[in-house]
Amino acid sequence: MNLLVLGANSDVAYAVAAAFARHEKASILLASRNMELLEKKVQDLTIRYGVEVSCCYFDVTDFESHAAFYESLQKKPDVVVYSAGYMPEQQADAQKNYKEAQKIFAINFSGAAAMLEVVAGDFEKQGHGSIIGISSVAGERGRQSNYIYGSSKAAFNSYLSGMRNRLCKRGVHVMTVLPGFIHTKMTESLELPELLTAQPQEVAEDIYRAFRKKKNIIYTKWFWRWIMLVIKSIPEAVFKRMGL
Amino acid sequence: MELTSWGRYPRIKASGKHFETREQLKRQMDQDGDLIAYGMGRSYGDSALNQRVVFSSRFNKIMNFNPETGLVACESGVSLQELISVFLPQGWFLSVTPGTRLISVGGAIASDVHGKNHHVAGCFSTSVDSFELMLPGGEVVLCSREENERLFRATCGGMGLTGIILTAVIRLQKVKSAFIRETVKQCRNLEEIFHCFEQYQKLPYSVAWIDCLESGEKVGRSVLMAGEHADTGSLDIKLNRPVSVPFDFPGFCLNRYSVKLFNRLYYHTRSTFVENRLVPLDPFFYPLDSIGHWNRIYGKGGFTQYQLVLPKTASYEGLKLILDRIAKQGLGSFLAVLKLCGPGNGNDLSFPIEGYSLALDLKIEKKLFPFLNELDRIVIDFGGRLYLTKDVRMSKDVFRKGYPLWETFAELRETMGMKEKFNSLQSRRLEV
Repeated sequence: MNLLVLGANSDVAYAVAAAFARHEKASILLASRNMELLEKKVQDLTIRYGVEVSCCYFDVTDFESHAAFYESLQKKPDVVVYSAGYMPEQQADAQKNYKEAQKIFAINFSGAAAMLEVVAGDFEKQGHGSIIGISSVAGERGRQSNYIYGSSKAAFNSYLSGMRNRLCKRGVHVMTVLPGFIHTKMTESLELPELLTAQPQEVAEDIYRAFRKKKNIIYTKWFWRWIMLVIKSIPEAVFKRMGL
Repeated sequence: MELTSWGRYPRIKASGKHFETREQLKRQMDQDGDLIAYGMGRSYGDSALNQRVVFSSRFNKIMNFNPETGLVACESGVSLQELISVFLPQGWFLSVTPGTRLISVGGAIASDVHGKNHHVAGCFSTSVDSFELMLPGGEVVLCSREENERLFRATCGGMGLTGIILTAVIRLQKVKSAFIRETVKQCRNLEEIFHCFEQYQKLPYSVAWIDCLESGEKVGRSVLMAGEHADTGSLDIKLNRPVSVPFDFPGFCLNRYSVKLFNRLYYHTRSTFVENRLVPLDPFFYPLDSIGHWNRIYGKGGFTQYQLVLPKTASYEGLKLILDRIAKQGLGSFLAVLKLCGPGNGNDLSFPIEGYSLALDLKIEKKLFPFLNELDRIVIDFGGRLYLTKDVRMSKDVFRKGYPLWETFAELRETMGMKEKFNSLQSRRLEV
């Protein structure tokens, strides 16, 4: 199996790559911008799991380069994971500075839309493959504290859902991953409730298991399904007055 | 954020940042104020606590492995558990391992940890070929026995007070199986267990559980566990997910009666004598790692471990006196461990010296610290010392008397600017 990880320098991406290396002995291609970090991870995964790992430069926000990037891959992937994500502080940064908001949309959604379209075209032709999009429970309902990030993830969710609809007829698997809180560098500055917060490795195991079962949408950890069910069912008239 | 260590005492307000690259760490170092590296938070006391810390857990990549020599190069945030799960299936195991695999390589060096094989293999630093150290100014130096030897000796056991350990090259030992040939022997008192340690000195691993609530005839009643790597059995190791202690036990659960009951049960359910039985390596080395958050049984107030070592010639008399005091005080400990250490290694602050080491886990309570101060006097009178990795309360004087090389260490910190940049609550308390 060939695994392509886009936005491979995120903590979840590394954990997902490790899970596929461990369980599937997959050949892995890590794609991101910080090559120094990527090269460390290549060495590390190779030694830990004895699998073939390589890396290459990829910028999710350089939309025009995506087709050429995919074209240049010598071994086409069987599984593509999109795990690039960006979440600055909303009130201090994203609300005041539209550049920040734009960056959120570009990394979390536009980049995915540009790149995964290329992948989808290839998978559709081949009649097989899996696309795993790492989104967020934040995309399920906009909240005052985080709606800019949330809306980018909501767009990503809709995008994946439509793509699933299109590709399932060709036997291509599209999976939406909705994680709750995870201890990662993205959430480092936040005080997260320990009981609800997962480690990247736990999330990665959930993702791998769901991939094996060809799930459409998964919440990780599992209890977020129920938390979100409650949050989604609050009437808007009440919700708008809440301080979430 | 709230920060604490394994003993969960003290808990302090602190700020901390992770680093994944040297540049990120350098940026942290460039900011004003001192800091200390925090690995997996498994030292018991305040040696990794400071108002500002840097977390090494994301600096955890394995860089190189030579299957011919067993030399592995990795970043300091890699845990011993990760090294075991990667390399044991290939027939390699840590040359030195403490009683938990949930510590980082950086922490193992900074504490210069020891294990059941100290009498034959020495401390963790014995298996360290070299490491890279980031100094106060951000420059990185390679330290080994050949290069920057002075820094090597100060950093191994130096409690993170000389710099940030970035990467290390460590030597693994070849093993044929993931099993141990274990010998278990009940000993009725201190004399018997001392005799037993000598008798089984040829075996690479030995440690004893000791019942510290017994006195008189039975003082030092214990169970010796010794072993060596087996040459049969598979190399596969299954590191089960630990069963977690779900919440803090109420304080009253641990008292002299419950501990006495536990100790009786523990002692009498061991075999009186078994030789060379095959046991899996994991429970042999890491019995407590199968229980997550076991520190919660000591309740919300936390606990500390009192670990001392006495020179061999003074061990019998000294330990008898100490055990007697403990039994009288009724400060029983579930986990009291006795071990015969080999010769010290000459590093500035490495703990082991040739003689017997005793470690007791004790719940923090009002009467504890005054009592431990009394024990300190006995330890110092008999020429012993306390383990910095476990310590949260020893006084500057006890430290200085126990570690005669403290002055050279403090001098190095002074001249190289480490004293301004790297500090922990412990280093401030000990004024080092």
